[in-house]
Amino acid sequence: MSAETLEKAIEKKPAEALLSKRRKRIVADPLVDENPITIQVLGICSALAVTTQMQPTLVMAISVTFVIALSNVVISLMRNTIPSRVRIIVQLAVVATLVTLVSEVLKAFAYDMYKELSVFIGLIITNCIVMGRLEAFAMGNKPYDSMLDGLGSALGYSWIILTVAFFRELWGSGSVFGIPVFDYVSGLFGPDFSLATNGLMVTPVGAFIILGLIVWVQRTKTGYVEH
Amino acid sequence: MELISLGIRSIFIDNMIFAYFLGMCSFLAVSKKVSTAIGLGAAVVFVLGVTVPVNWILNEFVLKEGALTWISADMASIDLSFLRFIMFIAIIAGIVQLVEMIVEKFSPALYGQLGIFLPLIAVNCAILGGGLFMAQRDYTIAESAVYGFGSGLGFMLAIVLLAAIREKIKYSHVPNGLKGLGITMLLTGLMGIAFMSFMGIDL
Repeated sequence: MSAETLEKAIEKKPAEALLSKRRKRIVADPLVDENPITIQVLGICSALAVTTQMQPTLVMAISVTFVIALSNVVISLMRNTIPSRVRIIVQLAVVATLVTLVSEVLKAFAYDMYKELSVFIGLIITNCIVMGRLEAFAMGNKPYDSMLDGLGSALGYSWIILTVAFFRELWGSGSVFGIPVFDYVSGLFGPDFSLATNGLMVTPVGAFIILGLIVWVQRTKTGYVEH
Repeated sequence: MELISLGIRSIFIDNMIFAYFLGMCSFLAVSKKVSTAIGLGAAVVFVLGVTVPVNWILNEFVLKEGALTWISADMASIDLSFLRFIMFIAIIAGIVQLVEMIVEKFSPALYGQLGIFLPLIAVNCAILGGGLFMAQRDYTIAESAVYGFGSGLGFMLAIVLLAAIREKIKYSHVPNGLKGLGITMLLTGLMGIAFMSFMGIDL
């Protein structure tokens, strides 16, 4: 190798800013325009199962964010060494390890929450968003970008499930984060006034209908039409 | 008798879709045509029916607390249940691969129908969920076989019904924002109300 080419190889490209425009797009796109739940239709299972109350939903959102961001980084670091024929198994193993970590931490520090979420923590493994991002992004991009992509998708997922949980808890149990809002409001209007809760909201049916309506509102705003 | 009631419960009352929301991704993605829905449903019935009992064996003889006593009595205190997720998913991925190869070898016609769905099934939450529920509820081997098969049938029933409705709704005038996912969620909700009528039945 001549000295000139060697010099060229050593010479670094100017580093991209930590939050350049392109990277901001990676995070921002999945929030609205490419939302994993409402547009890409991924990860619906857990979105509905845990959303009867705000609190477990928040725990679920944090767990999923942790798993997606970290598994994206790990797979992205390994992307050049994984043979493509066994990549699904490798991805599943990485995700399952991270989920086991989350589940053990919850078991140790928040046992009630662990009991309440029961099998749904384990089901993060088969959350299509995780596998989808690994396949579509982490297998072909650098670790830092992959982490941002994971965070973006996870946040897009989180705000949708928190919205679903907000309405289900408010209308179903008359509270928000366990604070009895309905009791307080009806107290303001005197003893004869009371707000009724809707039992249907705590059942699975409520979840389907609330999510259907949120999808409607969200797609009308973004103008996305499915054919 | 117990087993029959468990089977009926897992099909209608504890339906995978309407009670636990498991397998929603493929439920929404592969329910546009009845024929493909039947194909996916059959594959799920088969894989759930096989993997739940196999995972039961694994759980009973390797993972549970004190499960290793068949090797030596000193191992009674070993609890490997934290490995459950990774072992179950490995078993499922392995069995799906095996099923794919066996079907391809012995029944090319069936392979043509199920072929594309089999890889999808490895990451279907209903399969892993079935295994985890089995472990959580301490079923016996016979119960877990019935449970796996029954919940698979419940999934198949739900997806075929939805596909039939979606074939009809193609010809209706649905608002733009509701097309696709939105209307499907609302339909699933309405079907869920119908399935709620089974809830009161005490078996």
